[in-house]
Amino acid sequence: MAAAESYPDDLKYHREHDWARVDGDEAVLGITWFAQDALGELVHYEAPAPGSTVSKDSSYGEVESVKAVSDIIAPLSGEVLEVNQAVVDAPETVNDDPYGAGWLIRVRLSDPAEVDSLLDAESYKQVLADQ
Amino acid sequence: MPQTLLKTPLHDRHVALGAKMVPFAGWEMPVQYEGVIQEHRAVRTDAGVFDVSHMGQIDVEGPRAHELLQGLLSNDLDRVEPWHAQYTLLPNERGGIVDDLIAYRLSPFHYLLVVNASNRQTDFAWIKEREISGSEVRDVSDEYALLAVQGPNAIAKLGLASAPKNSFAEETVDGVHCMVNRTGYTGEDGCEILCMEEDAGTLWDAVLARGVTPCGLGARDTLRLEACFPLHGNDISPDTDPISAGLGWTCALAKEFTGVETLRRIKEEGPERKLVAFVMEDKAIPRQGMPIEGGGEVTSGTHSPMLDIGIGMGYVPAAQAAVDTALTIDVRGKPRSARIVKKPIYNREG
Repeated sequence: MAAAESYPDDLKYHREHDWARVDGDEAVLGITWFAQDALGELVHYEAPAPGSTVSKDSSYGEVESVKAVSDIIAPLSGEVLEVNQAVVDAPETVNDDPYGAGWLIRVRLSDPAEVDSLLDAESYKQVLADQ
Repeated sequence: MPQTLLKTPLHDRHVALGAKMVPFAGWEMPVQYEGVIQEHRAVRTDAGVFDVSHMGQIDVEGPRAHELLQGLLSNDLDRVEPWHAQYTLLPNERGGIVDDLIAYRLSPFHYLLVVNASNRQTDFAWIKEREISGSEVRDVSDEYALLAVQGPNAIAKLGLASAPKNSFAEETVDGVHCMVNRTGYTGEDGCEILCMEEDAGTLWDAVLARGVTPCGLGARDTLRLEACFPLHGNDISPDTDPISAGLGWTCALAKEFTGVETLRRIKEEGPERKLVAFVMEDKAIPRQGMPIEGGGEVTSGTHSPMLDIGIGMGYVPAAQAAVDTALTIDVRGKPRSARIVKKPIYNREG
């Protein structure tokens, strides 16, 4: 069942439709409701390898629907601590729960100060409204 | 200057149903309503309806209509009984495929050709230029709407009796007079219903009221690819020939038609490459244009909703085209394993 549109206030957002839940020097990353809705039902998640590094504003993986493939842009830089195997096995989890069970990776931040450059929910909603 | 997209008579109904509308071959068409996978499964397990009114209809009539079309189309119209349809090709002089289409034999003097939306103008111009005295060629696409109702329960849900594949008949469906053709592009039982443009809304509403799921072009593509039906512009084109594409069965090489000498030669010598169907062994989704190691290319690829794996079709060298041959596909720079399978990729009967 597809989730209803939402942009939780406790998350930070990147304008390429990615979110980060920051907890100290770690963060959990995923794609926003808008991103999963634009793609449609996800059928493949090409995940990065644990231990690899991701760089802010660069692609760290791909998500694919039946019709389209999209790069996943890292909102923050860091080392991949964990990949969400549940999404690798059942990519539609992202459609069902983009901010919960549908998270993509957990990272150790290499530069926690990067968090300051991200958008809050209100600013991200404004980005969507301006499109 | 922005191009104005054409709209089928059902456009407002698609929007009201919440469809995602996309440009396709100059038309604004529904790609999905609820979701591609759900719609795909509805067709495989029950019944779905597609608005395919964007497809073109060309009417060819007259005492020499048969003669004209026998010289232009690859398949043999002498093998088609009246009130039956035939899948056939419109070849060019080089043996390439201008379009693939269905020819409906209304009488020995009257045929209706249903052609791809993207090729409507090309096909009409091609046939019109070659019109002979005693044949009249008209583009009648704007007069008709076309609904494809497909799935194991499609015929029963429409209240129709069973009928032979490729036959067609005049019927009345919930008060709408129409032509019901036992044809389709999904690999399922079902029909394609041609009605007058002004009756399309009434017919669409009646079909939905009978519990048939509205389906978009997204599911139409995944269904046809599981069934290994070629898509013109992807798997076949003016630069590919039917022998290489595995469509030799649509070419009556004993008769004379445009491009036949080239096709006889290819058949005689054997094609250099062949269009094969494959399934991914690795987790990856093949897409059109991806290279296949050893000199091949993916022409269509998607995720199979029924098999839950990547599937596709593509051309490979003829020597490497046998079933079970391992393929390596370049998926955005990453080598991914696939295996050639027998067509169709998915068959409900197993």
